[in-house]
Amino acid sequence: MNVARRISPFIALALASTTAVAADTSAVSDKFRWLTFVVFGVIIGLTMYVTYLAARRVKSASQFYAAGRSVTGIQNGWAIAGDYLSAASFLGIAGLISLYGYDGFMYSVGWLVAYITVLLVIAEPCRNIGKYTLGDILAFRNDPKSAKTVAAISTITVSIFYLTAQMVGGGVLVKTLVGIDYEISVMVVGVLMLAYVLFGGMVATTWVQIIKAVLLVTASILLVVFTWAPYGFSLPGFLQAAVDSVNIQGQVTKLVGDAAKNMTPQELGQRFLEPGLFLKNPIDQISLGMALVLGTAGMPHILMRFFTVPTAKDARVSVIWAMGIIGGFYVLTLFLGLGSAINVGQAEITRIDKGGNMAGPLLAQFLGGGPESMLGNLFLAFVAAVAFATIVAVVAGLVLASASAMSHDIWVGVVRGEKATQDEEVRAARISSILVGVLAIAIGILAKGQNVAHLVALAFAVAASGNLPCVLMTLYWRKCNTGGIVAGMIIGSLTAIGLVLVSPNMTYPSIVRPAQEKIIKAADEKIAVLNSELSAAGAEERAKLETALAAQEKTRKVAQDTIAKLGDDTTSLVGLEKPLFELKNPGLISIPLGFLAVIIGSLLYRDKRADDMWDELYVRQNTGINAEGATAH
Amino acid sequence: MAAKPMDWIAIDQDPRFQALHAKKSRFLWGLMIFSIIYYFALPIGAAYFTDVFKIKVWGPINVGILFALSEFVVAWGIAWIYARRANSEFDAMASELNRVAHTLGGSK
Repeated sequence: MNVARRISPFIALALASTTAVAADTSAVSDKFRWLTFVVFGVIIGLTMYVTYLAARRVKSASQFYAAGRSVTGIQNGWAIAGDYLSAASFLGIAGLISLYGYDGFMYSVGWLVAYITVLLVIAEPCRNIGKYTLGDILAFRNDPKSAKTVAAISTITVSIFYLTAQMVGGGVLVKTLVGIDYEISVMVVGVLMLAYVLFGGMVATTWVQIIKAVLLVTASILLVVFTWAPYGFSLPGFLQAAVDSVNIQGQVTKLVGDAAKNMTPQELGQRFLEPGLFLKNPIDQISLGMALVLGTAGMPHILMRFFTVPTAKDARVSVIWAMGIIGGFYVLTLFLGLGSAINVGQAEITRIDKGGNMAGPLLAQFLGGGPESMLGNLFLAFVAAVAFATIVAVVAGLVLASASAMSHDIWVGVVRGEKATQDEEVRAARISSILVGVLAIAIGILAKGQNVAHLVALAFAVAASGNLPCVLMTLYWRKCNTGGIVAGMIIGSLTAIGLVLVSPNMTYPSIVRPAQEKIIKAADEKIAVLNSELSAAGAEERAKLETALAAQEKTRKVAQDTIAKLGDDTTSLVGLEKPLFELKNPGLISIPLGFLAVIIGSLLYRDKRADDMWDELYVRQNTGINAEGATAH
Repeated sequence: MAAKPMDWIAIDQDPRFQALHAKKSRFLWGLMIFSIIYYFALPIGAAYFTDVFKIKVWGPINVGILFALSEFVVAWGIAWIYARRANSEFDAMASELNRVAHTLGGSK
């Protein structure tokens, strides 16, 4: 009961926030906003009840960090999917497909292939030798204090990058969907997530992720059934409808420019199903692909999930389930994206959000009967609530991973030299959770309006360049030692971060300003032309010209705002006029460098313990002898 | 932990462990390399063999769409092949080693 009393203020805050509603454009009209809050309330209530049940169980460190290793393989598979399918993949990829067709679908493939690495070489060995954190894996044969220190710093860095993207993205998303103020939505997300982690530890986090994944998959299947049914569940029939769609033909005309003049409508539609409308630089894609395929296996919050199951075999089962769910979900997004393009149209999708994030939610609204219907808004409310649950579930996993690094690796491992009682460790874990949670909320609010999309790719690049080479080499290379781990972590991570700081991801005022000024000049010319036409136009043409005029004025305003945002800056964050490094994704350079650093560091350093422990590590990672077992509960 | 310390070097040198190690290494790294090559063939194909990707096969469905869909099938296929092999072979070998581990090596 104590827990219920402690949790109730959070629920009160969550409900109170619903009264603060901003007037900006949002997907839900004012009339139906209450419906969204009812659905939000039901889902929040359900997760809070789960947290309440979990809180009674979470007394030991093993319960807090690893749910007592009593999660089944199938449950963990769903939880991994819930942890991994962030709002970016849930809404972002459907959006990319709706705007760019084939390239959006191709982009989704790497997110699934990443799990082959996890399945084949990471999950089971890590389960066999690990305990709670990335630091535990690296400390097995290397100097524990050095290994845990670098692992914890890396875990916190990667998690904060990812967390910032989630908090800012989530804040914008909730604001766009239902019109709650940005700051309030960041705070609601932060406080809810903190409540789950603080009281329920890994037990509650796991269940929140399972609930979210089940909701997400259910919602997607329902939407796809409704979208696909009119075409008799025929794949060529559905794709032919995409080719025939006036919306899609119009979008391709916009994307290919002059080339469209010589194309028939059918050719324009077919072009949407061919590559090259969005991803223009293959080297950059390969670089991103490398970061995904190797980075997912180095993500601390994903690694941590494998410690929640009782045996290596359960870890295997969980990755296979996760691959089924995640892959199935991306196949469904193909239908969601194209369905939204056909039925809602790119103009409406980008009216509310330029990046296309509203493609899925707006499709839901359409399928239920449109913006004015009760059912349409109920569908939309459900999808919005799933998006909200998504952000909370992903953020909870990240906070738990960085809090564990702080308390288990740094406090208990390094500061207290492994001499802490269960009570002290759980207390340290809870205090760390509060610190990270508050930090996440603060960063979310401070980073308002910043472009943080590239932080997700950066988090994967750091995990692929720092964490993964270290984990892989310590598991599979006899000569790997503390020197290699420390060098690999530092050089891999810093190269990835350094390359992004000098890459085209950053804002370069001396490039942005002239480009925007050109846009303003072009808009001014068009406005002048339109105005002169308007004075001569007849009644039926007026409306059309006025719409065109409004569009030009909006373009002009956006460009002006962009220039205003630059302020007096003439160089980028690190003082550059133009990017030094041409790729948006650093993986192609930083991943090989990370591996090289592990090899050179290991060869230059002498470490008797790493050598002596090799046989034990190699036997144990392969056989599971003496692996940490489940705790009684 | 166990009452008697394990002799890890002895287990490592036991033929049963060496057999497990040899089988697993060849199988896992082989699958890993295949999956990486197959995955990167997609963006490389889309960029440099665009004309092939555009060939229509079945109504509006072209080679590119089939290739992208095949990435999913191949990923699931690898998971299935690995799980089958691990469940039928690796697990049995590992549990045999688990059973005899404490009897291997000198009585330290």
